[in-house]
Amino acid sequence: MSTADTTTPAEAHDSGHDIYPVRKTAMWVFLGSEAIFFGSMIATFLLYRNTTDGGPGTEIFNIPFTSASSFVLLMSSLTMVLGLNAYERKDMRQTRIWLVATALLGATFLAGQIFEFTEFYHEGLTPQTSPFGSAFYMLTGFHGAHVAIGVLLLTAMVILSRQGRLYPDRGLNVELVGLYWHFVDIVWIVIFTVVYLMQV
Amino acid sequence: MAVTTDRDVGSRMPGDRGVWAWITTVDHKRIGMLYAVTALVFFLVAGVEALLIRLQLAGPNGEVLTADAYNQLFTMHGLTMVFLVVMPVAAAFTNYFLPIMIGARDVAFPRLNAFSYWLFLFSGLMIYSSFFVGGAPDGAWVGYAPLSEQLPEVVRMDYWAIGLNLLGISSIAASANFIATVLTMRTRGMTMLRMPVFVWMSLVVAFLLIFSLPSVSVGLFQLLLDRNAGFLFYVSAAGGDPLLWQHLFWIFGHPEVYVLILPAMGIVSEILPVFSRKPLFGYPFVVFSGAAIGFIGFGVWAHHMFTSGMGPIAEAGFGIATMIIAVPTGVKIFNWIGTMWGGRLRLQTPMLFAIGFIAMFVIGGLSGVTHAIVPSDTQQHDSYYVVAHFHYVLFGGAIFGYVAGVYYWFPKWTGRLLDEGLGKIHFWLMLIGFNMTFAPMHILGLNGMPRRTYQYGSGLGWDFWNLLATLGALVIGVSFLVFIYNLIVSKRNGAISGPDPWDGRTLEWTIPSPPPVYNFAEEPTVHALDDFWHQKYAEDDEGRMVPIQPVKGGALAVDKETGGDDDGEPDIHMPTASFYPALSSFGIVVAGFGMVYLPWGWISVGVGLAITLWGLFGWSLEPVTKEH
Repeated sequence: MSTADTTTPAEAHDSGHDIYPVRKTAMWVFLGSEAIFFGSMIATFLLYRNTTDGGPGTEIFNIPFTSASSFVLLMSSLTMVLGLNAYERKDMRQTRIWLVATALLGATFLAGQIFEFTEFYHEGLTPQTSPFGSAFYMLTGFHGAHVAIGVLLLTAMVILSRQGRLYPDRGLNVELVGLYWHFVDIVWIVIFTVVYLMQV
Repeated sequence: MAVTTDRDVGSRMPGDRGVWAWITTVDHKRIGMLYAVTALVFFLVAGVEALLIRLQLAGPNGEVLTADAYNQLFTMHGLTMVFLVVMPVAAAFTNYFLPIMIGARDVAFPRLNAFSYWLFLFSGLMIYSSFFVGGAPDGAWVGYAPLSEQLPEVVRMDYWAIGLNLLGISSIAASANFIATVLTMRTRGMTMLRMPVFVWMSLVVAFLLIFSLPSVSVGLFQLLLDRNAGFLFYVSAAGGDPLLWQHLFWIFGHPEVYVLILPAMGIVSEILPVFSRKPLFGYPFVVFSGAAIGFIGFGVWAHHMFTSGMGPIAEAGFGIATMIIAVPTGVKIFNWIGTMWGGRLRLQTPMLFAIGFIAMFVIGGLSGVTHAIVPSDTQQHDSYYVVAHFHYVLFGGAIFGYVAGVYYWFPKWTGRLLDEGLGKIHFWLMLIGFNMTFAPMHILGLNGMPRRTYQYGSGLGWDFWNLLATLGALVIGVSFLVFIYNLIVSKRNGAISGPDPWDGRTLEWTIPSPPPVYNFAEEPTVHALDDFWHQKYAEDDEGRMVPIQPVKGGALAVDKETGGDDDGEPDIHMPTASFYPALSSFGIVVAGFGMVYLPWGWISVGVGLAITLWGLFGWSLEPVTKEH
C-alpha cells in the first residue's frame, strides 16, 4: 500500500528510519484538525437549524437533487481509489485518466452546489436572512471551498505528471491528495445526513 | 578534544551569514533562535503596555491614559503575551531542542517550519500595525460577541480576528510538524518512554493546538462574516446567540492555557533532575499526568462561563471536571518535590527559577481551584482576583519556567554561560516584584475591584494595594533590564561553557555548543532514559554514583563524534535553504491585510493569494537537498 513512503528518503533525512510515513502522519494530523473545524460549523448549524427569523427553513432543501450531487461526490472517491491503484502499479496514463475523472466529478458537485445556492437565493434564503441561513451557507460554503482546493490539487497532479515532475518523494503525492479527497467526501456524508436528511 | 575557543563561538556555519541566510534558513536551530528573539521583542512591548496599565491604575482616578487607550492596551497586552510571547517562546525551545533531544538532525518538514515562523512574525507585525492606522484592537483578547461586532466601520477588531486566524494557521502547521517529527524521526533506541519530559510535553501541546485551534478559527470566521458581510451568527435581534462565541472561544481557550504552561512544566522537569543530580522522580507519572491534563483540559472550558446562566447541571459538571484536573497537576508538583528530595541540590540560576516556578505555580493552582467552586467563582468573576490567579500561573508559572529554560540552555545556544551574579539579582528582583504586583490583586479582587476598567474612585480601600502593585510592576521591569543586560554581555564575554556545563542527562549535552548544523555527526543510539547520564556515571555496590571516567567538561561523546576539528566535517545532506516559505507566508499576510479593508482590499487579497501560490508552487517544485 504505502510503497511510496517506504522507499523514499522523505524530506532529506538520510537517517535510516525513513521507513516511517512522515508525510502521511502529518496529513492525518492535519485532517484531524479539519475534523474539528467542520465539527464546530456543524455544531453551529445544529444550534441554528430552527432559527429562521421568519425566513425559509429546512423545507427549502431539494432532497432528490442533493442526493444526486452527493452520489456524484461519492463516486469521485471510487475514481480516486482507482487512480491511486494505477499510480501504485506505476501506470501513469491510467493514473491521469482516473485523476481527471475525479476532478471532473468534483467539479460537477461544485456546479450542483452553485446551482443550489442560486435557487435558494431566489427563494429568499441568503446568509443575511437568518442565523439558519448564515450557518448553512458558511458550512456548505467552506465544504465547497475544500472540494475546489481538491480539484486544484488533482489538476496540479495531472499537469505535473504529464511533465514527468510528479515525484513520489517530494511534496504532495497521489496518496496524500487521495487522503484529503476522501476526508472531504466523508465530511460531506456527515453534512448531507445532518443538514439535509435529519428533519427533526 | 573539541576545545571551544573564543574564535569558534557563534561561527557554526561559516559562509552562511547575513540577512539573506536568516530569511532563507530551514535549520531548526536558527528558526528556534528567530522565534526566541522575536518573542523577546514582543515581550518587551507587552511589558511596556503592562507598565502603562499599572501607571494608570497606580492611584484613584488615574489620568495617564484615556479610556480608549486603556482598552487598546489591555487588549494588546493579553493578545501579545499569549500569542506573540509565550506560544512563540515555547516554539523557540521546541524548535531548537525537540529534534536534538530525540536524536534527529532536523524537524520532519524544515521548510514548513520556516513557513510557521514567518507567518507568525508577519501576523504579529500586521496586528501591531493597527496602532498606526486608527487604533489597535480594543475588545479584550477574548473578543466577546456582541461587543466585538459593534462598530463594523472601525476595523480594530478585524485586525484582531484576521491576525489570530493567521497565527492559528502558523500554529497548526508547526504542530503537525512537531507531531510528525516525534512520531517518525526518533533515533535508534529512543522509544516513546525514553523521551525527555520536555519532548513529551511539546507533543501533548501540539495535539492540544491541532484539536483546539479550529474551534476558535470557526468562531473568528463567523465574527468576520457578521462584521463585514451581514451574516447573523451573533445578532440576537435575528435569534443569534452570543453565547455560542463564548463556547467556541473557550473550547480553544482552555486547552490554550495548557498550551502555555505545559512546555514550561517540561523545561522544569528537565532542569530539576540535572540540578538535583537525581533522576526525575516517577518519570511515567509526570509524562502521563501531562497527557491527562491535555485530555481533561478539553472538558473544562465552560468554567470560564459560570456567570452566563448555563444552568446548575452544566455548572456542576464543569466545576467537578475542573477540580479533577487539579489531580494530575498535583501529581506533577509532588513528583518535582520528590525529585529534589534527598538530592544534592545546586542552586544555580536555572534551578532557582525552576523552584520559583513550582512555588508560584502552586499558589496560582490553588486560587484556580477556588474558581472551580461555582458560587465562589460567581463572586470572583471579572474581578482582579481572576487577574491575580492567571498571572500566578502564566507569569509565576510559565514565564518563570521559560526564563529558567533560557538560563539552562543559553550555553547550548551560544557556547557561553549567562552570568550567575546577574542571574541571581534577576531572580530575586523578579520574584519580589512579581509577588508585590500580583499578590495584592487577590485582595483587590475579593474587595470587588473589577478588571478591564480604566479608573476607580478613591475611598474604596483600593488605593494602597494598587500603588503597591504598580511599584511591584516597576521592580519586574527593572529585573528584566538586568536580564537583557545579562544576555547582551554574556553573549559577548560570558564564560566559555563547553558542551556540557551542567553535567546534563539528555542528548543536547552530548554535542558541541553551539551545535553544528547537522546536530549529530553520527546518529546516536539510546539505551535508556537519561542515556547520557548513564554514559557518564555508574552505581557502585552501595548504590552511590561513580563517574565512569574522568569527565572533562562532559565532552567524552563529542570527542568521539566529531573527531575533534573542522577538517573532519562529516558528509551529511541537509535541507537546502529556501526563500519560498517566507514568500508564501508574506503573501498570506498581504491577503489578510486586504481582508481588513474590503471591498477595496480585494485587490490586496488577490495580490496576496497570487504571491502565496507562487511561493507554494516554487516550494513544491524546488529540489530539497544539495550536497552539504
